[in-house]
Amino acid sequence: MRRLLFAFSAFALLAAASARGQLTIEIVGGAGTEVPIAIVPFENESNWPLGGITGIVGADLQRSGLFKLVNDSGITPRPYRAEDAKLGDFRARGADAVTVGSMRPLPDGRVDVRFALLDAVKQTQLASMSYVVAPAQFRATAHKIADIIYEKLTGDAGVFSTRIAYITKQGSRFELIVADADGANPQPVVTSNEPLLSPAWSPEGTRLAYVSLENRKPVVYVQSMATGARQVVANFRGSNSAPAWSPDGRRLVVTLSKDGGSQLYLINADGSGVTRLLTSPGIDTEASFTPDGSAILFSSDRGGTPQIYRLTLATRAVERMTFEGNWNVSPRALPDGRGFVFVRRDGGRFMIAIQDYATRQVQTLTPGPLDESPSIAPNSKLIIYAAQQGSRGTLAGVSSDGRVKQRLVSPAADVREPAWGPLPR
Amino acid sequence: MRKWIIVAFVLALVAGCKSAEEKAPVEEGAPTATAPAGTPGTTTSGATTPGVSGTASGPYSPAALKDPNSILSKRSIYFDFDEYAIKDQYRPIIEAHAKYLLQGNTDERGTREYNIALGQRRADAVKKMMVLLGAQEIQIETVSFGKEKPRREGHDETSWAENRRVDIVHAGE
Repeated sequence: MRRLLFAFSAFALLAAASARGQLTIEIVGGAGTEVPIAIVPFENESNWPLGGITGIVGADLQRSGLFKLVNDSGITPRPYRAEDAKLGDFRARGADAVTVGSMRPLPDGRVDVRFALLDAVKQTQLASMSYVVAPAQFRATAHKIADIIYEKLTGDAGVFSTRIAYITKQGSRFELIVADADGANPQPVVTSNEPLLSPAWSPEGTRLAYVSLENRKPVVYVQSMATGARQVVANFRGSNSAPAWSPDGRRLVVTLSKDGGSQLYLINADGSGVTRLLTSPGIDTEASFTPDGSAILFSSDRGGTPQIYRLTLATRAVERMTFEGNWNVSPRALPDGRGFVFVRRDGGRFMIAIQDYATRQVQTLTPGPLDESPSIAPNSKLIIYAAQQGSRGTLAGVSSDGRVKQRLVSPAADVREPAWGPLPR
Repeated sequence: MRKWIIVAFVLALVAGCKSAEEKAPVEEGAPTATAPAGTPGTTTSGATTPGVSGTASGPYSPAALKDPNSILSKRSIYFDFDEYAIKDQYRPIIEAHAKYLLQGNTDERGTREYNIALGQRRADAVKKMMVLLGAQEIQIETVSFGKEKPRREGHDETSWAENRRVDIVHAGE
């Protein structure tokens, strides 16, 4: 009976998330070496039963696949300040790290949130922070705290405060949606009766480029996230697609067919100053800037089969990058500059793979059969991509070492084209 | 065989209006500086406010050839007694029938953007043959829907075969 009740409440929670139309992220495979961490509820946290902080921090960390939560119940009194924490008690429960904190209401309605991260093994304090925030900012504050914990314990930047964009298809209705990285707070920014594809965040995260077929052909738009106003960037004769931002946010590379074939062009973000980059007899498309802006990765069938190439902008030299297999497309340069993620086809299966520049070694990260549209988190550690489940499009996540696997569950009929936003500035 | 009949039909139309093509309006490709946010069927909003819900149907109707309000439904050019000069009033009809759109499509396998390029290539291949057969380059625009607008939604070879396709339509259709 109790189990049934539990199942029911879990279902009710899921249903509640579905009712809000948001993605929920589940871990389906962990890293194997998760850091055990005890997250002690903050002092006074129960005063805000619907808007606590530590629950969100714990969910963030757990979802990354790199942490496991250690139960702190039974440790009394609960510590709220670093100096009150008896780290031996937590160590005995297997915790390597502990967070403690407090929430103190201020007369103006805001709340003084303080927290400390402690190393239970070395018995030291790793970080401490205090924020004065309104209750509406609790979620954002929790993500910030999770970012700090993640960075201190893994050495990589946390990406819990970032946003993602994706496209849903419900019947004949397409929506471009922007949500928090945990799927919360989904907001449609474009609604259309014609297909939308290829959303791309500007480097500062204030604009989205995308392709819409609403005018009977692919046209590239750039839309402001602040106002919702948008501008046509490329609407030339033929098809206009595959927008990719330069790291300075001033220009995009797009694929245009205006001069015959699908070819790469640089264009200013306001649609002016279009310049052809290359002339090839075949298809050149799916550009992605390297993080320093000096080169572009792209896919091309100039060699007979679709493969990935690198164009060095200063010299216009083109170098082939992929040699394994006869079908490699959709390159996305890793933000850490070490390599790129792409889609490879092998035995009729489409899978996400990663290649290192230095070793040229390829690692296949996902099983297929129809995986595509990889988008890399700004810390280069996690990749979100589109997959097919039955006849339904879904999103999934995989760590760049292939060990952590996430499933993103959505109530929408079809979800596709994920794009991971930049770190907030 | 059926494809050839369609091509022949198009070429007959094209050949019939050579005189109109010189001044036929060419889409010059200059990008519009700003687009109205509210193109029919599409709405946009910022990420900080809840989105606005969508509106009516798409911006065009594939039934234009039979829609009496569409210029494409008019297919006859009338003349004065003993004359062969085309009256000004018929010029828009001839122009409308002298512009074609070749829409390339692909099956669902492969990535979205690569399929946009593949569909484009298919449309370009049809255009190339049309030009070889005497059509004028300027009259034909090739575009691609990639795998975005499948005619058959199935995940089997029958559906895929139907979706690997170029459609020949009037530009105003």
